[in-house]
Amino acid sequence: MNRRIFARVLALHLGVVALLLVAQFFLSPYHHTNLARIMIFATFASGYNILLGYTGLLSLGHAMFFAAGVYGAGLPVFYLGFGAPEAFATGVASSFALAIVFGLIVIRTGGVSFLIVTLMFAQAAFLATLYFNEITLGDQGIVISQTLPPLEVGGAVLEFSDPDVKYNAALLLFAVAFLVCMAIVYSPIGRVFVAIRENEARTRMLGYNTYKYKLASLTISATISGASGAMYALLFSYIGSTFASIEYSIFPLLWTLVGGMGTLLGPLLGTGLMFYLVDIASGLTESHLIVVGIALVALVLYFPKGLMGTIREKWLPWLP
Amino acid sequence: MTLLETSGLSKRFGGLRAVEDVELVIPTGEIRAVIGPNGAGKTTLVSLVSGRLEPTAGSIRFKGEDIAGLRAWDRVRRGIVYTFQVTSVYANLTCYENVALAAQRRMMKGPRDRLMLAESRVARDVERALSRVGLTDETRRRAGELPYGHQRLLEVAMGLALDPELLILDEPTQGLALDEISGFCDLVRAISERATVLLIEHNMSVVLELAQLITVMDKGTVIAEGTPAEIERNPEVQRAYLGTDAAA
Repeated sequence: MNRRIFARVLALHLGVVALLLVAQFFLSPYHHTNLARIMIFATFASGYNILLGYTGLLSLGHAMFFAAGVYGAGLPVFYLGFGAPEAFATGVASSFALAIVFGLIVIRTGGVSFLIVTLMFAQAAFLATLYFNEITLGDQGIVISQTLPPLEVGGAVLEFSDPDVKYNAALLLFAVAFLVCMAIVYSPIGRVFVAIRENEARTRMLGYNTYKYKLASLTISATISGASGAMYALLFSYIGSTFASIEYSIFPLLWTLVGGMGTLLGPLLGTGLMFYLVDIASGLTESHLIVVGIALVALVLYFPKGLMGTIREKWLPWLP
Repeated sequence: MTLLETSGLSKRFGGLRAVEDVELVIPTGEIRAVIGPNGAGKTTLVSLVSGRLEPTAGSIRFKGEDIAGLRAWDRVRRGIVYTFQVTSVYANLTCYENVALAAQRRMMKGPRDRLMLAESRVARDVERALSRVGLTDETRRRAGELPYGHQRLLEVAMGLALDPELLILDEPTQGLALDEISGFCDLVRAISERATVLLIEHNMSVVLELAQLITVMDKGTVIAEGTPAEIERNPEVQRAYLGTDAAA
C-alpha cells in the first residue's frame, strides 16, 4: 500500500483517539459517562466487525462472547476476590477459550446456517446463565462494587466508581482494540479475511485453508468482544444474565450496520449514533422505538452501506 | 521426468460418469492440451487434479506423491494452480489486491508472516505478474470494471503470482478478441519455460499451435492422444470432435 495514504489513515485514526482523549475535559458529567459506555460498546462492535465486516460471517451469537467476558471477569472478583487486572485477564481468556471450542464446531457452517447455529449456541449459553443461578444469581445478577478492590498504579489509587477512571479505562480499551483492528486490516491475514468475504471458493484455490482463517477471525472477533464485556463488568460493577440475552447479539450487529460494516470507524460512529438516538428519542416520547425505527429507515434509504461505508464509497475511497 | 500421473481416475455424479478410468501422464515442461466436445469431462478432470472435486476412484500422483487425499489449498502449495473457466476474480477488489492475494500466499510460511510481510516484496511480485499479462496500467482499477478478456488475463496473473509448477488453464481464450489471442499464445509459451501447462481449450488453432501433445476426451474417457498432426489425422477424433467443427 501507498505510504502517503497509510500516513493519512494513521493520522485520521490516531486523531479520533486523541479527540476522545481531549473530549473528557469539555463534556458534562452526563455525556462523560455516556461516552465511556459508548467506547466500551464500540469496542464490542469493532470486534464484531472483524467477523461480519471483514470476513463476511454474520453471527447472531456474540452476546455469548460478551457475557463470557462479563462473567469471566465478574465471577472471580465476587467469589475469589480477584483484583481488576487479573479479573480482566480471566474475562478475556474465557471468551478466547470459548471462541476456539465453539469455533471448531460452527466454522464448518456458512451463510444462513452459521447465523442459526451461532444464535442457537448463544441462546443455550444464555439459558445456562439462568440455570446455574446459584452461582450467577440469574437475571437478578451480582453487584461487584463491594468486593472489587481499587487499583493501585504507582502509588495512585484508582476507584472504579470515579468517572475519570471509567472514562480513561474505556478509552484505553477502545484505543487498543481500534489499533489492533487496524493492524489486522492491513496485515496479510486481514487481506485473506477480505478475500473470504468476497469469494471463499476462489480463496481456497489460491492455497488458503479458509477454515483456519475463519476460525482465526472468529477468535479475534470474540476475544475483542469478550474484552469489552470484561471491562464493562469492572467499570459498571454489575454482572447479570441480560448481557447473554439476544439483545446483546443484535446490538453489535445494529451498531456495525449503522456505522458501516467493513470500516474501522463505523462501529464507533454507529454505536454513538444509536446510543444518542435512543437517548434523545426516549426524552421526547415514551414510544421511542418509533423514532429509532424511522431513523433506521432513513439511514437504509440514504446510507445503504452505513455511514462510513457510504462516505467511503462516495468521497473517501482510501478509508480502511 | 513425469510431473503428473493419474491412473484409473473416475468421477461419478449419481448415475453420470463424468470422468471414467482416465490415465493421464504429463512430463515436466510440456504444454498439454485436453480437448473434446462440451460435456466430455475436461473441466471435471482438471477439477479432480486441482482438488476442487474428490475422485470416486483412482489415484493422482504429483512428482511421485499421491495427492488424491489432499485438500485443494495443500495442492496449491505443492505447485498445482488452477485458473477458473468462469472468471472468478475478486470483482470488488483492485487488480493489485487480486494478485497480491496470490503473491503473499507464497511468502506466508510461518505465523509471523501471517501478521506481517514487507508490502514492498508483495508489490514487486504483483507488478511482475501484472506486467507479464500486460495489465500494468490497470493496477489500481477494480477487477469488476475490467473488460471480460482482461479479467481472464487477471486470472492468469493470479496463477503466475503463485509461481506454479503445473498451471491449469481452463478455456483461457474464451471471450478474447482475435488480436488478444495471438498475444496470449506468446504468453503461454513464455510461461511454459518455467512451468508445465495443462490447457483446456476449444479454439483448435490455439491448441494446434501450442500443444506438444493433445489428449482427446469424449463422454468421460480418453479416446485419443498424440501430437497435433496425429490428432488431426485420427478418424475417431474427427468423428467425435473435429468433424462437427468442419460441418459447422
